[in-house]
Amino acid sequence: MNNEALKDLLYKMADDALIIGHRNSEWTGIGPMLEEDLAFSSMAQDKIGHAKALYQILHEILGEPEPDKVAFLREDEKLFKCCQFVELPIGEYDFSLVRQFLFDHAEAVRYDMLTGSSFQPLAQLAKKVKGEIKYHTMHADTFLKQLGHGTEESHARMQSALNYAMPYALGVFEKSELENDLISQQVFAGEDAAKKLWLEKITPVIEAAGLQLPKVADDKIVYGGRKGFHSEYLKSLLDEMCEVVRTDPEAEW
Amino acid sequence: MYGNTNITEEDAKRLNTIDEDPIKLAQFEDRITRGEKIEPGDWMPKEYRKQLIRMIEQHAHSEIVGALPEGTWITRAPNFRRKLALIAKVQDEIGHGQLLYSAAETLGKTREQMLEDLLNGKSKYSNIFNYPAETWADVAVIGFLVDGAAIVNQVINSKGSYGPYCRALERICYEESFHLKQGHDNVVYLATGTKKQRAMLQDAINRWYRPLLHFFGPPDRTSQHSEKLMKWKVKLASNDDMRNQFLDQYVPKIWELGITFPDPNLKKNDAGIWEFSDPDWDEFKRVINGGGPCNSERLAVRKYAEEAGRWVRNALTAKNEKYVAPLA
Repeated sequence: MNNEALKDLLYKMADDALIIGHRNSEWTGIGPMLEEDLAFSSMAQDKIGHAKALYQILHEILGEPEPDKVAFLREDEKLFKCCQFVELPIGEYDFSLVRQFLFDHAEAVRYDMLTGSSFQPLAQLAKKVKGEIKYHTMHADTFLKQLGHGTEESHARMQSALNYAMPYALGVFEKSELENDLISQQVFAGEDAAKKLWLEKITPVIEAAGLQLPKVADDKIVYGGRKGFHSEYLKSLLDEMCEVVRTDPEAEW
Repeated sequence: MYGNTNITEEDAKRLNTIDEDPIKLAQFEDRITRGEKIEPGDWMPKEYRKQLIRMIEQHAHSEIVGALPEGTWITRAPNFRRKLALIAKVQDEIGHGQLLYSAAETLGKTREQMLEDLLNGKSKYSNIFNYPAETWADVAVIGFLVDGAAIVNQVINSKGSYGPYCRALERICYEESFHLKQGHDNVVYLATGTKKQRAMLQDAINRWYRPLLHFFGPPDRTSQHSEKLMKWKVKLASNDDMRNQFLDQYVPKIWELGITFPDPNLKKNDAGIWEFSDPDWDEFKRVINGGGPCNSERLAVRKYAEEAGRWVRNALTAKNEKYVAPLA
């Protein structure tokens, strides 16, 4: 098995989960209603838990440093492999909800594919995670439909958030140069296959919400994150995340 | 988490001149004396309803405003374990708010009205949340000592007479006991850690000491009493008694870690009562009346949440025939 390709896959999934978990957790205390504070907080806990589990596989099987070190003490943002979509600030609820919808369906599809992975530790984790993400997509679908059909304002906000988010969402499926090895070794069937399944999942929900799937030209898709090129937001997010641990990196917290 | 409810001079006067059907009132009071719980549909004196709404509503506000100082540290928590615990903990507090607003709604005031009264200042929340959480050690101190103080208060109130409130409190106390564990664990790590960590903890304790003494309200000798509220089991212990119970449980636990409180007069006397220096009750009044370091910031955040989220709530309550059946 090509370990570098495996690491690349695991890091991008783990970093995505860590950063979207960070963003979701920012809703605690300021949601449009208490129930949504609770929902985003639950999803944040799940995502951060998934990140930890993925870093744990990287540590135990692929010889990378411990999860806490990798997450909280990786100094250089270029070492992060998350897509730019998860880095964007939470904005208003419309963007956060639409991001949750698009990103969580992408994750659901990916984990579903990975339940059949030849890399057993990942296949096992995927089975567990899949059961949790089911509730995340259920939350997103429910709200997308409700708000798509709610008021004129909520409909317009949903559509405009979709239009804004779509180029970033497509960037989730940025291909890696090492991907062919993963495909041939049946670790992961690849980004193109994932994107196809994702579009099949989200299109009917978007239609049921009375919204339109935005068309995005290939050259407008926001790539770069997987190769370490990030938005302006990641650096400040990481500075915040690492603020306490950097005050005394030798200490146990 | 929560602080104690105190009544005004006006409240005390009204409570001394209850104008209700004497037979119904006697039956109501007998039920309470027998230890029965009062339920939403039961007859109750107007003043009982009013005091309970005020108390539960303030408690609910305290939960959701109390989530804010700690909430700012979720994104900065130093490792996976602390981060996951803190998100879950703050989420619990919001959940307690939700539970308590529901309990208060059984008495006839809607959540929307309560939130409006929070923002327009008619309704208060616990004073302690008007202080800032300046460092990571504040998260530890809040989790251990502020939640500890709240548990003292809530365990006592859970023995009260209003069924929905008591049941909510029982569940809340159960969850708070886990908060206490994570707070204590965090405090112990800092106390037994590096010099920097110990200094950070000592500094946090120094800053939270006074607000913690204020937490249970003014001393009994200067605060309004109401025999009625005691008889109706709305208020079950005096401010001084609760404060003493708190000090008795928690001061030794901090001292045993080699951490001190910024008060040379803090000690337990021969009668088993804790003595301490005057914690400046004028400051307590100033903060209650809006003059604390974070009053306006806390309300501004809640106002943002209310205003920025209005379109979502409007859309969800809009009439839509498509969605008479459950979505999921």
